[in-house]
Amino acid sequence: MIKVQKLYKAYSGINVLTDINLHVRKGEIFGIVGQSGAGKSTLLRCINGLETFDRGKMIVNDTDISLLSEKEIRLFRQKIGMIFQSFALLNRKTVLENVMLPMECWNYSRVKMQKRAEELLDLVGLSGKLQSLPHELSGGQKQRVAIARALTLEPDILLCDEATSALDPAITKSILELLAAVNRQMGITIVIVTHDMSVIKTACDRMAIITGNRIAVEGAVTDVFLEEPPDLIELVGRQEIVAPPGRSIIKLSIRDSEINQSFLYSFASSLRVDFSIVSANIEQLNQKSFGHLYLSVADENVAQTMAYCEQSGMECSVFLPAARAGGDRHVL
Amino acid sequence: MFFDFSNTRLFEYLPEIILPAVVSTLQMLFFSMLFGFVIGTLVAILLVMTSPYGLKPNPRFYKTLGFVVNMIRSFPVIILIVAISPVTRALVGTSVGEEAAIVPLTLAAFPVIARYMEASLQEVNPDVILAARSFGASNSQIMFKVLFSEALPSIVSGLTTTTILFLASTTLAGAVGAGGLGAVALTYGYQRFDDLMMYAIVVILFVMVLAIQGIGEIIYRKVKNKGAVGK
Repeated sequence: MIKVQKLYKAYSGINVLTDINLHVRKGEIFGIVGQSGAGKSTLLRCINGLETFDRGKMIVNDTDISLLSEKEIRLFRQKIGMIFQSFALLNRKTVLENVMLPMECWNYSRVKMQKRAEELLDLVGLSGKLQSLPHELSGGQKQRVAIARALTLEPDILLCDEATSALDPAITKSILELLAAVNRQMGITIVIVTHDMSVIKTACDRMAIITGNRIAVEGAVTDVFLEEPPDLIELVGRQEIVAPPGRSIIKLSIRDSEINQSFLYSFASSLRVDFSIVSANIEQLNQKSFGHLYLSVADENVAQTMAYCEQSGMECSVFLPAARAGGDRHVL
Repeated sequence: MFFDFSNTRLFEYLPEIILPAVVSTLQMLFFSMLFGFVIGTLVAILLVMTSPYGLKPNPRFYKTLGFVVNMIRSFPVIILIVAISPVTRALVGTSVGEEAAIVPLTLAAFPVIARYMEASLQEVNPDVILAARSFGASNSQIMFKVLFSEALPSIVSGLTTTTILFLASTTLAGAVGAGGLGAVALTYGYQRFDDLMMYAIVVILFVMVLAIQGIGEIIYRKVKNKGAVGK
């Protein structure tokens, strides 16, 4: 659906995007995450031609967008909706007029505009607010209007530029649910740019991490979170685990298979070694649990424990070997 | 005494001198604002379009136009009236009287209106422009359906301020042969030591300022709180 190949962009000599390669598949929700200034919004704007780039290729819907004329790119943009952190609504137009604006620009008939706008506002749950002005709405409602507006021209792709960053967590969740529904029901491919990792976990199928103007990681969200590449650790922050004297820390990866589910019970009952849970980050994604479990076991039991885990088919590693007196610190 | 109100001819002059002067002041103000608005709007559109952050950046054109606008703005109105009198004569056939004053007043007003309007248009949230571009709006659609629509309240308050500013300028024009309230205050009031006459005209001007400000505020509230005009 969207293929980015060796894309470069610089602003007055400073690199903004360096050697970007990316593939967003049709029908998926793709998340791009990175610190502010990493170039993620710029990359997003390259997709619909709001920003130009210096080198490389951006192929959207089998169209190489750098080859389009100004007129052609306006036509092309009809198929790509976009929403923003600041909602970008017209303050002096009613909700209905805001949603009709794209269609007005493409000379739809009045009747068709009104009908489509009302349908979409019904879809986003604002059918009672047609004549309201944006300042009478809450942040979440404004973003719903923006989503309805972005869908008016029946796009194949929806770009979200920090769309939930100005909203509180509960509202963010409801907006993400709406986006997921739009994705499922209309088959619209969604690209989300955010600095908020929980947005990626909640909404996205696959993700990319941008660090220092480059794509550092690209993959399925579950894989990235299980593999914990350094760039991910960099973004989510570090967590310290301290091994008490005489004990080691073993790290287990949970991937929601049958084995994983019954593992802890059988581990405790059949292995019969003393252990304690030091830390666990288990996330829910598409009704599946995944994440890591850190167990502390006595040094003399490490070999036995590891053998048991491997035998049961768990992914495991000795995270912190035998601690020295006074405790050994390890940054995770 | 500081003021001398004893020998006033105010009441005698009220219907035959002052009233016609009010009309001619309003005429000068109305037409110079109207023409200034038309030209100023065109210039504002060109400035906003070609600015470095505009829809069609053209730095050289933007700088040149900006230079011309600033240059005209640096002329005091009274100097402008004298300086362009040959142009005025060519345009309206005379360089004295109300009609003639409209030419330099328009010339002085349009750069002010253009700059106020440019500032109003540039205040519009850039994301709104991005959003409009994202659904394929053309530059002229962005200009008229988005920028002017969003900036309207701010444009209205800029115009109110400009109109009041130029009410004062029309009285200045009176000093160099344009007629109107300024001329009356000067010739019948100041030069004939008729203080009551002079201050009566100040009061009339004060009332006019209040009226313009009041009307401006009413329109501002209408366009600010209501969505589309006439809805």
